[in-house]
Amino acid sequence: MKKLINLPEQVVEDMLEGMVAAYPEYIRLVPELNIVVRKDAPMKGQVGLVSGGGSGHEPTHGGFVGKGMLTAACAGDVFTSPTPDQILAAIKEVDGGAGVLLVVKNYTGDIMNFEMAAELAEAEGIETASVVVNDDVAVEDSLYTQGRRGIAGTVFVHKIAGAKAQAGGTLDEVKEVAEKVIANVRSMGMALTPCIVPAAGKPTFTLAEDEIEIGMGIHGEPGTHREKIRTADEITEHLTKKVLEDLPFAEGDEVAVMINGLGATPLMELFVINKKVAKMLGERKISVVRTYVGEYMTSLEMAGASVTLLKLDQELKELLAAPADTPGFKQF
Amino acid sequence: MGLTVSELTDMIQAVGKVIEDNKAFLTELDSAIGDADHGINMAKGFHAVKEKLPTLADADAGTVLKTVGMTLVSTVGGASGPLYGTAFLRAGMKIGNKEELLAVDLDLGLVAALEGIKQRGRAEPGDKTIVDALQPAVMALKESLNAGKTATEALGAAVTAAEDGVEYTKGIIARKGRASYLGERSLGHQDPGATSTYLMLRTMQEFLARRT
Repeated sequence: MKKLINLPEQVVEDMLEGMVAAYPEYIRLVPELNIVVRKDAPMKGQVGLVSGGGSGHEPTHGGFVGKGMLTAACAGDVFTSPTPDQILAAIKEVDGGAGVLLVVKNYTGDIMNFEMAAELAEAEGIETASVVVNDDVAVEDSLYTQGRRGIAGTVFVHKIAGAKAQAGGTLDEVKEVAEKVIANVRSMGMALTPCIVPAAGKPTFTLAEDEIEIGMGIHGEPGTHREKIRTADEITEHLTKKVLEDLPFAEGDEVAVMINGLGATPLMELFVINKKVAKMLGERKISVVRTYVGEYMTSLEMAGASVTLLKLDQELKELLAAPADTPGFKQF
Repeated sequence: MGLTVSELTDMIQAVGKVIEDNKAFLTELDSAIGDADHGINMAKGFHAVKEKLPTLADADAGTVLKTVGMTLVSTVGGASGPLYGTAFLRAGMKIGNKEELLAVDLDLGLVAALEGIKQRGRAEPGDKTIVDALQPAVMALKESLNAGKTATEALGAAVTAAEDGVEYTKGIIARKGRASYLGERSLGHQDPGATSTYLMLRTMQEFLARRT
């Protein structure tokens, strides 16, 4: 393992301190608890938006704390859910009297920890609501499994629910619009190389030199299958088709596109992917309202990318277009 | 069996040591079907427990167990934190302010732990989780106690049942947790959570056996 870290056990703390040192005008850190909080929180009368999850996905989630997006983010250890006491502390930091929405990605650990935190908050008289993001179409959705994972589409939930909260929406309204995003967002990713969890010191899986994993999760969970590397167009076509067929997206739809790099993918390659996605959408007469290309939800040093499509209606379009000013997502 | 609070504390320390000793093994199991952190996170949690226990010298058994639960919940993270944390919390709540634990308390505590884990994880037997080791263990313990066996003997039966449960998880498809994404590819691998449960029960049994 070759990484720019000090101690594996200390990497999350070191990162958060560095993040806050870089953006003191946006965020502050709750010491010991690894919570990144919007500098001016709590905002009186405004719904707080708390998300979080394992670290290693930066700029998710701490990088999206700021005006028009998250009010606080709880950073767990690398790829490990934050704990209930930590989430509870974040809820208290952001509660401005209008309640707090918890945005949870659909992983067993995250669900249980956020659920325990919500119970503890309720016991303390703070109103919370939760939404669970599950946009990854690579995973079979079934009553008998954990269900689909939450991946890059989560960033659209942060953006749009954040805009609604910023505009003064009630807890019910913010929750409702977050659920609308979840119902209309779909993603799928692939990996060229694995990633190494610092504390583990070695890759969680291996891929041959000419092999890729289709449908790879953001923690290195297996995808649908492995295959030989093909051209960017062929791979993009496969991912995008799966995404399109799932909702399904249809002629006349208006969408937002996110081409997300997993950590070690050059922007050059992400734009190559976007060229193909744009072409495919054009052929299907689906119009692209906004496109985001870059690193939004990474997986340490994994090389690979995901394609996310969000179907927009007038409300989602307006909220997506609203300004956001955070370290990792700026829109004016 | 007459386990004092101080012995209970020693037993929990012994469990923590075994988890620490098996950190790499549990992580290895988790990397096959999960996200390669089970051993690391559990060891971190029990390390925090080890630091915490000496501050509880005058506490009753329930308080010790509840404190272990809260410590695990706030340090382990992932799914194991809330699951094992809830298990210790529920056991502590059930056992209450006792100064000495009897065989019946072992039974009560483990039943409460099992119910807590099933509720928190919404898991049932056959999902390839902790429950596949813990539920048969709890049943075997109960059966042995009802048949008039000693706590050590009954816990021995529980350990055997848990070991069989771990073996059983190799042949089933995961329906909970990250392993569920694998579908049939989870076949052939034993569940890390069931394995850590087995290791804990075995350590408890060995502790009791050493004592008697």
